Amino acid sequence: MLAYFSSLNPAALFRAAPGGIAQGLIWGIMALGVYFTFRILDLADLSVDGSFATGGAVSIMLIINGWNPELSLAVAFLCGVLAGLVTGFLHTKLGIPAILAGILTQISLYSINLNIMGKANQAINVSKTVLRITSNATYLWRTIGIAAVCCLVLMCLLYCYLGTENGCAFRATGNNASMSRAQGINTDRMKRIGLALSNGLVALSGGMLAQYQGFADVNMGRGAIVIGLAAVIIGEVIGEIFFGKQMNYFLRLTFTVIGGVIYYLVYVLVLWLKFPANDMKLLTAIVVAVFLAVPYLQDRRKTSFRHAGLMGKKEGGGSGC
Amino acid sequence: MLRVEHISKTFNPGTINEKKALDQLSLHVKPGEFVTVIGGNGAGKSTLLNAVAGIWPVDSGRIVIDGTDVTGLPDFKRAPYIGRVFQDPMMGTAPDMWLEENLALALRRGQRRGMRWGISKAERELFKEKLATLGLGLEERLSTKVGLLSGGQRQAVTLLMAALKEPRLLLLDEHTAALDPATAEKVLELSDKIVTENKLTALMITHNMRDAIQLGDRLIMMHQGSIILDISGEEKKRLTIQDLLDRFAALAGVPEETDEVLLS
Repeated sequence: MLAYFSSLNPAALFRAAPGGIAQGLIWGIMALGVYFTFRILDLADLSVDGSFATGGAVSIMLIINGWNPELSLAVAFLCGVLAGLVTGFLHTKLGIPAILAGILTQISLYSINLNIMGKANQAINVSKTVLRITSNATYLWRTIGIAAVCCLVLMCLLYCYLGTENGCAFRATGNNASMSRAQGINTDRMKRIGLALSNGLVALSGGMLAQYQGFADVNMGRGAIVIGLAAVIIGEVIGEIFFGKQMNYFLRLTFTVIGGVIYYLVYVLVLWLKFPANDMKLLTAIVVAVFLAVPYLQDRRKTSFRHAGLMGKKEGGGSGC
Repeated sequence: MLRVEHISKTFNPGTINEKKALDQLSLHVKPGEFVTVIGGNGAGKSTLLNAVAGIWPVDSGRIVIDGTDVTGLPDFKRAPYIGRVFQDPMMGTAPDMWLEENLALALRRGQRRGMRWGISKAERELFKEKLATLGLGLEERLSTKVGLLSGGQRQAVTLLMAALKEPRLLLLDEHTAALDPATAEKVLELSDKIVTENKLTALMITHNMRDAIQLGDRLIMMHQGSIILDISGEEKKRLTIQDLLDRFAALAGVPEETDEVLLS
């Protein structure tokens, strides 16, 4: 035990923390996309696992071919939009349930990503390319600054969108579809817009992460949806501690990004505690399951048959015959 | 205003659950006419309203609203013509959105929804004014989530939303059935007020024969997917519940004992 604690090096934790913040901010953009589908459209979109890697693959391949890194991110975003439209088409035009439509897109993107890269992973020569988003320790704080500004700009844009006529129709679609249709909203179209926008953000985030680590890997998106959900849920829990249930959308989006950062700081901490890296996805899944279950269980504690039965016994004080 | 011509609809055709819900039904409603619809369970009342609203396509026949043939249009494309209030008070509003946001959505019924702000200052004043007419104190609660309102309040809001952007046709599908008697009475009064003040053309389904007789200027009775009775004008004003029961028994060929069960 003592040997374990003495083997932990506090300085190493401090050295690793900025990297966690940078990755957290990049994943925060991904979480914004997940928030749009999971929370606003009330639809779990699994295609993001594929579109995240697509974003990375597209960005890295374009940089290898001499493109400007920032421009490559714009293309990555558009590729994500396309992927989202495919899921939207499968779901709204072909009647495939949303979860299945997402899985189909995800699995097809695996092949597409391999085709984009030609092999399972591709790296860029980081010493030759001028990257603004990089894990290079010298520029790490600059990277954090750029990622934070990107998050802020996106949050502002998304917040404004949600306030527009179109954004209101988008929110209504996820909230009450039959009412939306009665008000003349094409709910299928709104779902396609939401899926496209969401996957665009996810691919953008994938492209940024690939630049950050200097390579893209066909498996880099595996479990991305779970990390995105973790960020959304952690953000909600923390936001509610500070602001209660009545948060406006700007706060909600902010805490989604903060959720991503916290997730990665915890990730760094857990790794520093010498938790085996192979088990991280298991840990993430458990965290998401627990956070999703807690509100349900809290509700059940107050209004379950078991609870009602116990209360009834207490009040009745016996069979009374 | 509304012309329904020989529409038919069969649910689950070719299966053991096949149900002919509408059978060559025709109905012409004049502009400004307020029609109450009665009939037993399974008579096809809601099916008729859903066919007009465009929830699903009809098997045959034509539906024309104010000169526009809408037979081939889905519900959201018919929305510019139609205001709807549902039986379930939860169905007509978006619970997690603010009261003013719900009203703003309704104000843009049938319009293109672009990148302008979803709600303007002038609209807020309009909403306050309109909400004040309900007499429920909702004008002070513009930024309350609609999900926090009671069933009766939500149904009143839905009614207001349906009439906010004057529809050519208002469809009320047993919209007071899920409310307690006192609230139902209020919402019904409000419906009558909104329909008469705005001179709306309206179809209202009800299970309450007294309401069907008192409200509106035309009454139709449905049975097995067809209209079996159509009364308007002076004749309707003189109508009593007993009249209706007798005529239902005669027309539908059901012994009178069961009428009250069917129609009350």
